[in-house]
Amino acid sequence: MNRAPLAELSGIGVRYRKGGDVRHGLIEIDLAVAAGETLAIIGESGCGKSTLGRVLLRLQEPTEGDVRYRGESLLALKPHAMRRRRQAMQMIFQDPLASLNPRMTVGETLGEPLMVHRLARRWRDTVEPVAAAMRRVGLDPATVRRFPHQFSGGQRQRIAIARATMAGAELIVADEPLASLDITIQSQILGLFEDMRAQGGVTFVFISHDLPVVSQTADRVVVMLGGRIVEDGAPRAVFREPAHPYTQALVDAVPVPDPDAARRRQERPAAAVAHGTPARPDLCPFAPRCPHLLPACTHTMPPLRHVAPGRRAACWLHGDWSPP
Amino acid sequence: MSEALLDMNGLEVRFGSTIAVRDVGLHVLPGEAVGLVGESGSGKSTAMLAVLGLHPPGSAAVTARRLRLAGHDILAVPERTLRDLRGRVAAMIFQDPLTALNPVMPIGSQIAEVLVRHHRLGRSAAMMQASALLETVGIADGAGRLRDYPMAFSGGMRQRVMIAIALAGQPRLLIADEPTTALDVTVQAELVRLIRGLQRERGMGLVWVTHDLALMAGVVDRVVVLYAGRVMESAPVDLLYARPLHPYTVALLESLPRFEAGPPRVRAHATRDVAPAAEGCPFAPRCPHRFARCAQMPPLFEDRGSLAACWLLAR
Amino acid sequence: MRVRSWLGVAGALLLALAVLAALLAPLIAPYRPMQLDLRARLAPPAWLVHGSTRHLLGTDNVGRDILSRLIWGTRISLSVGASAALLGAVVGSTLGLCAGFFGRRIDAAISWAIDVQLAFPFTLFALFLLAVFGGGFLPVVGVLALATWVNFARVVRAQAEVLRTQDFILAARSIGVPTPRILVRYVLPAALPSIVVVGSFSAAQAMLTEAALSFLGVGVDPTTPSWGAMLELGRNYLQTAWWMAAFPGLAIAWVVLGANLLGDWLRIRLDPRGGALR
Repeated sequence: MNRAPLAELSGIGVRYRKGGDVRHGLIEIDLAVAAGETLAIIGESGCGKSTLGRVLLRLQEPTEGDVRYRGESLLALKPHAMRRRRQAMQMIFQDPLASLNPRMTVGETLGEPLMVHRLARRWRDTVEPVAAAMRRVGLDPATVRRFPHQFSGGQRQRIAIARATMAGAELIVADEPLASLDITIQSQILGLFEDMRAQGGVTFVFISHDLPVVSQTADRVVVMLGGRIVEDGAPRAVFREPAHPYTQALVDAVPVPDPDAARRRQERPAAAVAHGTPARPDLCPFAPRCPHLLPACTHTMPPLRHVAPGRRAACWLHGDWSPP
Repeated sequence: MSEALLDMNGLEVRFGSTIAVRDVGLHVLPGEAVGLVGESGSGKSTAMLAVLGLHPPGSAAVTARRLRLAGHDILAVPERTLRDLRGRVAAMIFQDPLTALNPVMPIGSQIAEVLVRHHRLGRSAAMMQASALLETVGIADGAGRLRDYPMAFSGGMRQRVMIAIALAGQPRLLIADEPTTALDVTVQAELVRLIRGLQRERGMGLVWVTHDLALMAGVVDRVVVLYAGRVMESAPVDLLYARPLHPYTVALLESLPRFEAGPPRVRAHATRDVAPAAEGCPFAPRCPHRFARCAQMPPLFEDRGSLAACWLLAR
Repeated sequence: MRVRSWLGVAGALLLALAVLAALLAPLIAPYRPMQLDLRARLAPPAWLVHGSTRHLLGTDNVGRDILSRLIWGTRISLSVGASAALLGAVVGSTLGLCAGFFGRRIDAAISWAIDVQLAFPFTLFALFLLAVFGGGFLPVVGVLALATWVNFARVVRAQAEVLRTQDFILAARSIGVPTPRILVRYVLPAALPSIVVVGSFSAAQAMLTEAALSFLGVGVDPTTPSWGAMLELGRNYLQTAWWMAAFPGLAIAWVVLGANLLGDWLRIRLDPRGGALR
């Protein structure tokens, strides 16, 4: 994986105030997205994975660090210059209905990127490309005058996907694009992503909590917890032999559609569970519930380091250094 | 054989001219866990609301050949008896505890309310019992948290509070409607353990309503698969995964993402959005095996311990 | 619900009749509004003793036909109400949109202006402005819009604030839609139903205030017949000729009730979740 990074986050931090406290949305994130790869980001709710996706597209401003796209710092761009870059950087949301303007028809929704980026001068010029895009995602172009609420959940997500590809996207951040869909519809949408990847040119950042889906679709997976990256690497390797105890906990919790295996798992004792108190930002976020707690874990945050080629983890259990 | 907690046969629920549930049967014995699996619009929640008589009489027409909850005919008993059955005989936990809990009442009072109503406990005795219940569902320092409001809890903890409220009436049948859908997998795994443990310990019947077939493998003894308001298949859990009979069940299992498998088998254009058929087998329009007979609804055929509504099984 | 929609239709009918009267005033009014009939001064309505069918609703102190003046007065009342509501809608919605969408300092400034506006004894303020700068159609509409814009600004601000964080707005930003276009094509259409509803309430409010201002003598124009001015004139004759005050009063109630009923119905129809309005 020696491709040049398409997008790059370095030293990203997001802090915000809630009540009197300072909360950390993201802490010291270093991440490069290679051109053409599908990168999955997983983690529990509140781990910062959605925030990371938004910062990557500069839909949210980080409080620290830099976002680079094709080597150029996005944070330094003026609004109009940023808007032009958006042609190449798109987003797909979890709830397709909420992400579509309820008062715009499919035709208007899909034509909008063309008009905004002056790829079409008049609405009439959008008719052809819109129909083509609808066919591409398996929608009937005859429904172009309908409104989002007149479609099923799966169809709405197709509309959202079509919109993301209208103006020739290079980077698509998909934030839980399957979570609100039925299982048979999920596999259709996954198939659609697969087709888009096969046609080439699109780099995906796929935010998900569904490990099996990630293991099937992603070239690389990033595991997040408490605003930090705790592990990354190739999904097969990461899920087969997790380097971080949190990843292990995630893998163990995934339901397996096999009654025997599920029963065997339930007979094992439950993992230790801690709740409530947010972890201190300067310690390992998994420490309060980690079954392998070391003395070092209670006073120093382990850095994110290479534990194998193409594999990083932030845990004192791994790597060739000695804990302080 | 002990008396069935839930004995339902030929349930039909109509909303105006739409039939949401059609000819659905479900049988739950004490200590038995049954999964009711279906996609959105399959009628799974609608059917369970009918069991508790929770459909407002004006909006839904509920009929059944038989609908008995611990021997009580739900469609015949007066509303007063129904209220008494809810909570004490059968209790329900919902997908979204934040909307199911009263946001302006401390959780202790919400649990105590059930205890006072169903067990005629005094206020202080009820509060003591409430704190014990919170510890039963894995909330440490139950007594200290009685005065907290639902907002003070995380999603998983709120669901535990819901379970405590459901347990307060000492129900014999627990109906869980997608109780873990909105939660993270790690929290989901904890709750599955908790609910399963409580159910075994107390010998309760359990109906788990879900869209997640993968989850059911580790939770229930028997699975009933619904599609468009009809039962497609009803089978012991091992048989269902090892030898699914109905093409719909097969399709569901195939679309489950698995760690080991390669990329998903269904292609974007392979399956269009096809509406369920209004007449005959609802799955027919999507079914790879459909033939002329599918224009009529098949009955449930028995095949080595499983039941499935498919003409392929007719001989 | 059924009662409400029936009331809504009733409101629309009341207003439609008033609009018709305004449009057809020259055709249906039996007299010109300024026409004097000194022999028939203070004539009572037709159904009273001494009443005559020549003046159905009687005459005033200089013998002008009350019915004709009411019909002509519809023009003033409706046009002032509609113009003030429209002007208020344009100004108030724009400010509300900006306050809600951009937040921070813009919001603080506009919210401050709203609070100041609401804290003012408005009628006194209007009286003062009109006394200093003189009356007339445009000044009156302008002063009334000073009162109505707040209604729009508050409602639109609240809506824009909610919409700002919604996914479809973020989606629009993510495809590179410029902010003005987001405001016009995404936020405004979502707020439009509320604007229409507030519009009908504001028109009612403006018509009432216009009547009050005319009553106080700083109305649109003393030479055009205005319901408020008629009411004021009638005040002096309450003992002897109650009809001079009663009929303009009823006319004001008529259109205000019509606009309010229509507004109430629209509120339910256009915004099933209701709540935030008024």
